[in-house]
Amino acid sequence: MKLYYDFHMHSCLSLCAEDDMTPANIAGMASLAGLDAFALSDHQTAKNCPACAFHAAQHGLLFLPAMELCTREEVHVLCLFAELRHALAFTEYVGQRLLITPPARKRVLWRQTIMDENDEPVGEEPLWLGSPADIGIYDTAALVREAGGLAIPAHLDRPSSSIIANLGLYDPAMGFSVCELTAGCDQERFVSEHPELRGMRFIRGGDAHDLASIPDRQWTIDVAERTPQAVLCALSGRG
Amino acid sequence: MTIRQLISRLSLDVLAEGASYDAPLRGCYIGDLLSRVISRSVQGGLWITIMNNLNVAAVAVLADIPCVLLAEGVEAPDELREKCAEEGVFLLGSGRSAYELAAAFAQSQS
Repeated sequence: MKLYYDFHMHSCLSLCAEDDMTPANIAGMASLAGLDAFALSDHQTAKNCPACAFHAAQHGLLFLPAMELCTREEVHVLCLFAELRHALAFTEYVGQRLLITPPARKRVLWRQTIMDENDEPVGEEPLWLGSPADIGIYDTAALVREAGGLAIPAHLDRPSSSIIANLGLYDPAMGFSVCELTAGCDQERFVSEHPELRGMRFIRGGDAHDLASIPDRQWTIDVAERTPQAVLCALSGRG
Repeated sequence: MTIRQLISRLSLDVLAEGASYDAPLRGCYIGDLLSRVISRSVQGGLWITIMNNLNVAAVAVLADIPCVLLAEGVEAPDELREKCAEEGVFLLGSGRSAYELAAAFAQSQS
């Protein structure tokens, strides 16, 4: 069956996202946009995913807990999981490897709000999620697989924070089975400019940081059944 | 050299105004990986980079950098300009390369 998806969006837990990107608002907007499946992918954390999973279920949407990992090379990689506990365990792992630890006196400068199922703030993330993690891009695919998820290099065609922008080219030894392109990317032209990507599977991502930017449904994946596990299998080319 | 003198001598664009034009610059660091900038940059100094995401403002504040210079004509998104202005960090721009800018900075200091 076909599912309309967007696996890349940010909540109020990301520095760069609007305050009204609460888990409840995101799930509501995903429903209005006609999506069947979506993921919440905040920078370096999945801590708003439990609340978002709750609200996604209220709307009958398939939800994948996720994060947008920032590696040592400051390359962004979507990490999709089938189970919340795996996403939260990986959040702990990443949190212990953040390279930048701001002094306490500077922690008040940015809001990173964790929300509960009632869409109420329950706290502020003490770690600074703008920091890259001490995880190398060549280790990422295997590491996320072992953690129960699927790693997808984000916005590969973007001139910043992507493998192409930061490292110059894609090396098949990095071992990813699928990459994300931005909404407006001309895939055929992009791959012709980067022949090392021939045969790569691609998804698209909206990367919304405000409610109005959550895109109307336009991208589909074909899945064997309507479960997060089946989505990961389909994305990785295993079924 | 003060930030005012830097802007004038190197003909820089002011993309966001920081705390004080009269603040002296105490050195210079060139870098794009934010984690390196945090650990290696010069406190109170100039930071030349081609990175233009929102974290640039955050890193400048964390590393006590009063003045960021975007090289190679890199554009500054509005959100970065606003954040720099809010945090009192100068955001400057130039079409020249980081090497040319650092060389000009060094020469005009002597």
